[in-house]
Amino acid sequence: MRHLLNYLVTRILLTIPMIFIMLTLIFVVLRVMPGDPVSAMLGGHAPQQVIDEQKAKLGLNKPIAAQYVDYLGHLIHLDLGDSMIFNEKVSSPILDKLPATIELTLFGLLASLGIGIPLGAYAARRRRTGRDYGIRVYANVVYCIPVFWMGLLLQLVFGVFLGWFPISGRTGPRVDISSFTWSGFYIIDTLRAGDMAVFGDVLWHLVLPALTLGIVLSGIFVRLTRANMLDVLKGDYILAARARGIPERRVVYNHGLRNALIPIVTMLGLQFSLLLAGAILTESTFSWPGMGRLLLERIYLRDYPVIQGVIIVYTLFVSFVSLLVDLLYAAIDPRVKY
Amino acid sequence: MTDNQTILEVKNLSITYPITIGNVRAVQDVSFTLANGEALGLVGESGCGKSTLGLSLLDLLRPPGRVSGGQILYRGRDILGFDARELLKLRGQSISMIFQNPLTSLNPLFTVEHHFLETIHFHDPTLPKDRAREGVEKMLAELGIEAKRLKEYPHQLSGGMRQRIMIGLALIMNPDILIADEPTTSLDVIVEAGFTDLLLSLRSVYKLSIILITHNLGLVAEIADRIAVMYGGKIMEVATAEDIFAHPLHPYTQGLIDCVPNILLDQKELVTMPGSPPDLVNPPTGCRFAPRCPKVMPICRQKEPTLMEHAPAHTAACWLYQKGEA
Amino acid sequence: MSTQPEPKNVKAARFSPAAGAASFFRWLSSSRKKYGGEWWIMIAGIVVIVLILTMTVFPQVFTRYSPTDQNAGGQMTPPSRDHIMGTDNLSRDVWARVVYGAQTILGVAMAAALLSAIIGIPLGLLSGFAGGVFDRILSLVMDSMYSFPGLILAIAFAAMLGPGVINITLAVAVVYIPTYFRLVRGQTLSIKEEVYVEAARAIGARRGTILTRYIFPNVIATVVVILSLNIADAIMTEASLSYIGLGLPAGIPDWGMDLSMGKKFLPSGIWWMITFPGLMIMLLALGFTMLGEGLAEILNPRLLEK
Repeated sequence: MRHLLNYLVTRILLTIPMIFIMLTLIFVVLRVMPGDPVSAMLGGHAPQQVIDEQKAKLGLNKPIAAQYVDYLGHLIHLDLGDSMIFNEKVSSPILDKLPATIELTLFGLLASLGIGIPLGAYAARRRRTGRDYGIRVYANVVYCIPVFWMGLLLQLVFGVFLGWFPISGRTGPRVDISSFTWSGFYIIDTLRAGDMAVFGDVLWHLVLPALTLGIVLSGIFVRLTRANMLDVLKGDYILAARARGIPERRVVYNHGLRNALIPIVTMLGLQFSLLLAGAILTESTFSWPGMGRLLLERIYLRDYPVIQGVIIVYTLFVSFVSLLVDLLYAAIDPRVKY
Repeated sequence: MTDNQTILEVKNLSITYPITIGNVRAVQDVSFTLANGEALGLVGESGCGKSTLGLSLLDLLRPPGRVSGGQILYRGRDILGFDARELLKLRGQSISMIFQNPLTSLNPLFTVEHHFLETIHFHDPTLPKDRAREGVEKMLAELGIEAKRLKEYPHQLSGGMRQRIMIGLALIMNPDILIADEPTTSLDVIVEAGFTDLLLSLRSVYKLSIILITHNLGLVAEIADRIAVMYGGKIMEVATAEDIFAHPLHPYTQGLIDCVPNILLDQKELVTMPGSPPDLVNPPTGCRFAPRCPKVMPICRQKEPTLMEHAPAHTAACWLYQKGEA
Repeated sequence: MSTQPEPKNVKAARFSPAAGAASFFRWLSSSRKKYGGEWWIMIAGIVVIVLILTMTVFPQVFTRYSPTDQNAGGQMTPPSRDHIMGTDNLSRDVWARVVYGAQTILGVAMAAALLSAIIGIPLGLLSGFAGGVFDRILSLVMDSMYSFPGLILAIAFAAMLGPGVINITLAVAVVYIPTYFRLVRGQTLSIKEEVYVEAARAIGARRGTILTRYIFPNVIATVVVILSLNIADAIMTEASLSYIGLGLPAGIPDWGMDLSMGKKFLPSGIWWMITFPGLMIMLLALGFTMLGEGLAEILNPRLLEK
């Protein structure tokens, strides 16, 4: 256990430079770029005095180095600043919308794994048959489908034409969820309150958005699983297990798949980045009240502190997940030394 | 030790691998018997078909390889006719096999204990777990491995230990026959010696019949009662271990024995056999060894000799001894 | 016997374009025999790309309507013989918008990919070759960027730069610089250790020579493959940016933007406004993907095994 702790600490220490670099990059992008955010916000015709006042208020008239120090200083105190448009702290809308994005992303990941891994394992088993080729074609094509188009198609077919699923929002219009909002994760909240009807409604609203992400990203997992399985099934321990009289199904799925899945865990981190990106587009398509939509809203409103805040939160999120994935990998593979 | 009862009989077995350029005749018309309690050595160079033959005895050939003819009779019943259920029962319980590379033959994600318990569970599901554990611990004791190793993973063990665990897994259900495919090739000589001792002692404890597949003549000399020499997918000579080494009949056997460096002789050069193994897709007409044989005669290239007894309990397939139609 | 200098005509023959073309076609036909499936995949990709390229260069061949004509036909009419993809809410012909939209998306994607390559490849070469602190810092920066969701990076840049074709190209280009950097750096590192490079050093080759004559040519094959796959990715990124409204001014026909427009009318069952532009995005991306993957298998089967 102590070794695991050491490993954890080391990994965290390694992540810090990366976060630091990203934060600096964000700073650079959002400050040093051409274009004056303040005059843009004020409409371009405002008198110079007003512009200067605003700049001073936001600290934008100080030299860049000083601004950078300010920036870092605030971040250490976990202060993301105040919104330029509304009367709120930046963290307020972010914390409000974060659970929605996390829920969507998580279910999207589950969907992509749930579709991709079984298909990949099946294709490996039925190697070189028509089904194998079909699945491989699916995997390659699906990755080229724009996420938002997939969302629109699903909406069209299952929402508008078939009417089976809702096409926007996290809950239905007549559903009042505010009474038991606790964590912001509706799945948890509704279960906690014991209201199964609303729980069902929440799940129902999650289906199409999660599938959108899930289908498009399943391609990678299909390919990975299939390739890993083929590799693993050639292995000596598979032959040895068969020689001991272990039934074929168990050999393939218990001995084989488990080993094949390990490299997939390492891919999870990379896939998560794609998921987050896809989530922004999906939130836009399904009017999902998450961080992606918040970002787009505030970009339109030119609320730079919030834009910056959202991106910072995304960075932290990605780093955190990457760390988690590494830990998971160390935990499930007994060969990893820590 | 042997009681003259034939426990395994291979009759005219042929194995082919259909590939794009033709049919690879890996094993052709091979026949031999294994008596109860006997250790039979199957020797030959790489690619002669001995490993393929070993795999076929458990119907474990990797597709596209398949048995194209012949029978494998275990206690009088043809294994090739077994259905899936009977095959699962056969493997590990009646006939077991251990392989060359012990590290990769064990699943890296499972503990030693898990390997054993899983095997036991699938062969005897009704056995209570504590009884199973007792059996495993007893087996480990016989193998000379401490019980604490049960909770460890394969990569934490040494090569010799892993090979012993392989034997343990093969013998845990008390099979009649153990097939060992190049069991010591990846072990160093000291570990190999330990392995040999272990195998011999387990053989008497478990009343095992053994088929030892190897190209290591030293190993086979220590363990085998009888030896069969394979070349190009066919059996060239079969005799008791002493006879094979003392009076090898077939030129190939003679060549094999000569190739082993002898520390007592003042050898200036190592002996080799010129040429390379035959093309198994289009084998040469006549004897397969003819292209490389130092004692080749015209008839060797025209007709294949048959495996015939030329001395007591000593068969060979060679025109040197077979007076045939020239 | 002293060796004669090569007669001039032999030298010329060796480097003549005719000889070059001949050997290229020989390689082409031998590849076809060697690689069944992958060859046809690559050809399919090329066919799609060429088709769409033709669309960009000669749009009039494909449609007689203009993408901005708001009087092309009825408002929001479904596909018919006159308008094979129907009309949109501003009575514009959808197929025309698709045809002319190809210019935008292909132009931006290819320009962005090229730009990324032009910046990323030299940086990767230098970094891998030079090593040391410079390499470590640059790698750290690039790795951090690489692990960050690309689209979000593009969004940030696009938001800051504002609308415009050049700006959106820059925004997309930034996302892929780390890709080229990492790829080229990795290759450089491994080639650097090869024996023939050591041999060249031993006979006194200058660092610049090693870089340009030894390392770069070996890297090219990989780069071509990645470039193709990259364009596919860039297409998706550009479409995503314009879908969320961050890219282009309203006048220019763009598939992503058309999709976001069509989204509004989806609940009424107007399906043709979104189906066709989206399909085109997918086809174009698929085309480049197939080209890239087919090329990868042919040039070096182990190329994409990372």
